[in-house]
Amino acid sequence: MQSAVASPDRVAKRQRIAQRFGEFIDSHYVISDSETLKPYECDGLSAYCEEALIVVLPSTVEQAQKVLKICHEENVPVVARGAGTGLCAGAMPHGDGVVLSMAKFNKILEIDTEARAARVQPGVRNLAISEAAGDYNLYYGPDPSSQIACTIGGNVAENSGGVHCLKYGLTVHNLLSVQFLTMEGELLTIGSEGLDSCGMDLMALFTGSEGLLGVVTEVRVKLLPKPERAQVVVAGFDSVPKAGDAVGEIIAKGIIPGGLEMMDGFAIKAAEDFAKAGYPVDAQALLLCEVDGTDEEVAEHIEAVETLFRELGATSVRTSQSEDERARLWAGRKSAFPAVGRISPDYYCMDGTIPRGQLTHVLLEMQKMSEHYGLRVANVFHAGDGNLHPLILFDANVPGELERTEEFGGKILELCVEVGGCITGEHGVGYEKLRQMPAQFSDSEIEQFHKVKRAFDAKELLNPGKGIPTLRSCQEYRSLDLDLTPNAQVTANRNADAGEFRV
Amino acid sequence: MSDLTNELISQVREAVDAKETLAISAGGSKVFMGRQIETDRKIDVSGHTGIVSYQPVELVMTARAGTTLAEIESALAENNQMLACEPPRFNSKATLGGTLAANVSGPGRPWFGSIRDHVLGVTLINGEAEQLRFGGQVMKNVAGYDLSRLQAGAMGGLGLMTEISLKVLPKPATTRTLKFTMDQAEAIQRMNAMSGQPKPITAAYWNNGELFVRLAGAASAVDATAKSWGGDELAPEIASVLWADLQDQKPAIFNESKVWRFSVKSSADVLPIEGDSLINWGGAERWYAGDHDFDRMVTLAESAGGQVSLYRGGNRTEEVLHPVNPSLQTLQQRIKASVDPQGIFNPGRAYGWL
Repeated sequence: MQSAVASPDRVAKRQRIAQRFGEFIDSHYVISDSETLKPYECDGLSAYCEEALIVVLPSTVEQAQKVLKICHEENVPVVARGAGTGLCAGAMPHGDGVVLSMAKFNKILEIDTEARAARVQPGVRNLAISEAAGDYNLYYGPDPSSQIACTIGGNVAENSGGVHCLKYGLTVHNLLSVQFLTMEGELLTIGSEGLDSCGMDLMALFTGSEGLLGVVTEVRVKLLPKPERAQVVVAGFDSVPKAGDAVGEIIAKGIIPGGLEMMDGFAIKAAEDFAKAGYPVDAQALLLCEVDGTDEEVAEHIEAVETLFRELGATSVRTSQSEDERARLWAGRKSAFPAVGRISPDYYCMDGTIPRGQLTHVLLEMQKMSEHYGLRVANVFHAGDGNLHPLILFDANVPGELERTEEFGGKILELCVEVGGCITGEHGVGYEKLRQMPAQFSDSEIEQFHKVKRAFDAKELLNPGKGIPTLRSCQEYRSLDLDLTPNAQVTANRNADAGEFRV
Repeated sequence: MSDLTNELISQVREAVDAKETLAISAGGSKVFMGRQIETDRKIDVSGHTGIVSYQPVELVMTARAGTTLAEIESALAENNQMLACEPPRFNSKATLGGTLAANVSGPGRPWFGSIRDHVLGVTLINGEAEQLRFGGQVMKNVAGYDLSRLQAGAMGGLGLMTEISLKVLPKPATTRTLKFTMDQAEAIQRMNAMSGQPKPITAAYWNNGELFVRLAGAASAVDATAKSWGGDELAPEIASVLWADLQDQKPAIFNESKVWRFSVKSSADVLPIEGDSLINWGGAERWYAGDHDFDRMVTLAESAGGQVSLYRGGNRTEEVLHPVNPSLQTLQQRIKASVDPQGIFNPGRAYGWL
């Protein structure tokens, strides 16, 4: 794409479109110079970068609508962007396209304390909703790790999860209505203030569509009453299978924990060094089991969980006795990514999901792959809902290491599919996981996705080249299925127009 | 239990080739819902039954679309688990596929989620006779568009579902039911106030001047809440019949000749509709009987932040679901065409224009 940056056609197009936007948006918010475009060239997955033609920051729905209409008329691709915290390069700009930043839509419009709902603009941060609702003893359920920064519009686009999914569901389970703009600039509302709507469930289809079907302009979310009490039990185990069994036993006892997380030995040590949470550093696996609810319920369940962990051979069991201690015990888990980042120049976070019963098998296989590729891997795991986050440690400055990492990551995702899981539990496909989509879906299924996309966006201008791979790249993937040759040219040969990998 | 997938695919292919339309049926328990339609052929899924996989510790079950809820619930009960969305069983005739297609859920829905919320994945035959699988058998899966939960409420118009994977949940350890006497306005206010507290409430409905509230969960929490909320407690055997009857839509109002279902904001004021009424889902689902004007009901639903459908009775060759604006109509028609290009599956069952 480097050649395209300087081409006279591109310069002229940039000027023309920027000028049209400038007719109704303050020129400070129509960005077209390389220096100011720089912060927008990637999302949370910085391995994939692209310079946008223009970044535009409207502040009203009417302005966003005009931006889309102009782009539709001029056949310019549009990539909507919230806080840019995504981890799958879903918000990476299109080289010939406009980035539509929704950052200025940052108002909480209404908190309905009686019906327990909040109406917010898409650029409102996830945590800000819970903070505002907290005054009324309410909160918003889904809590992705990035909740301090990520926005609700992005959460809708990605169907974001978090550590409390097993009990409180994903974004899709916590929405009442969504207002969005189509690529043609039409403003539509799906859902209502009631719990369900007549006819096909457009809300389910739209949620998690990764910015390919529409641009979110307003969201009504459900709010939950804040639990009276929450306590976390932290237990160390001398083997991963023992910890895995303990997870199954908690569920079998009929307890649905608010959060149930696992870390392997490597992740425990990294997190402890970083956060000083008080974790048992000699343990091979750590479980964090949080129970929330009424005072009585929590007391009853905490006792049951402690007893069960001891019976199942936990080498240490510790329960938070105060809010401070609970926060400290969680701090280790929540800082696992930066903690690992400290012991390695770079890390690559994967997001496969597996049936919980396959955990030991998958971790052992991953260990073998780690030796094969000569790359270390640390594991943090949403054990309650089977969502793995293996962190592959690498150094991008060592030639070939990024490519080996990508291949290793790809193999982990394929393993997840093989054991009955999927390639992404909560981070999305974006640009990053296009290559693994054919491991999970047949060509007919991929083609069906394209047809649905065209039902919303006939010209295929919204976030093109993300989410769903082209059929040609699927066929290439299948023909290379057994070939373990490092795909060293993956990033270099990225075709931004079609979103294809040329391996 | 038998797998009729190949037969069903051939029947769809024949219909595609002959350019004929298909009416999908299984248990026949929801014939009264949606619009009445005429099609060239019928396709019967009732023989396509059986639980394909069920691992209680994973909290996941996969069953063929024609499996009855009764069979599913009995397998779950053996492991002390349940379908927490509590869909109506309709005399053991209701099937899993029909339940999802009609998106019907029972008393626990506001707290545990709907049948749609419990869906993890769906296998279906599209309008080109291709068998496709969306979603999966794990709790979280965000790869590709969610064409599985999209099926909820589509009334079979988006393909023929063959298999459905669901999240299941453990049964609560203890259940207690409280009864209060009050009018509808007070009941709506009370149900919302109760739902706003972090207490183990799992159902709340009002009918004929009586409010019933179900508490379920850890014994200590249920007991403490029951004590602080007061009311008259129902004997467990009476309470379990009460909730099962509500789940199966047995209260008198459901059998009247014309039944209206409102899905509205839980705290919306009492709707000015004369005749019998039942308020479920803590105020969010409201049932009315009587010969009312469709347009007036639509206006009332919108003023209460929601939608209405003529659930049972009346002229079912006309529209029975809440109207959709022209833009969303076009979008839904395009989505239908993307899955079912010849429009062979249940044409017009949800809306005349779909």
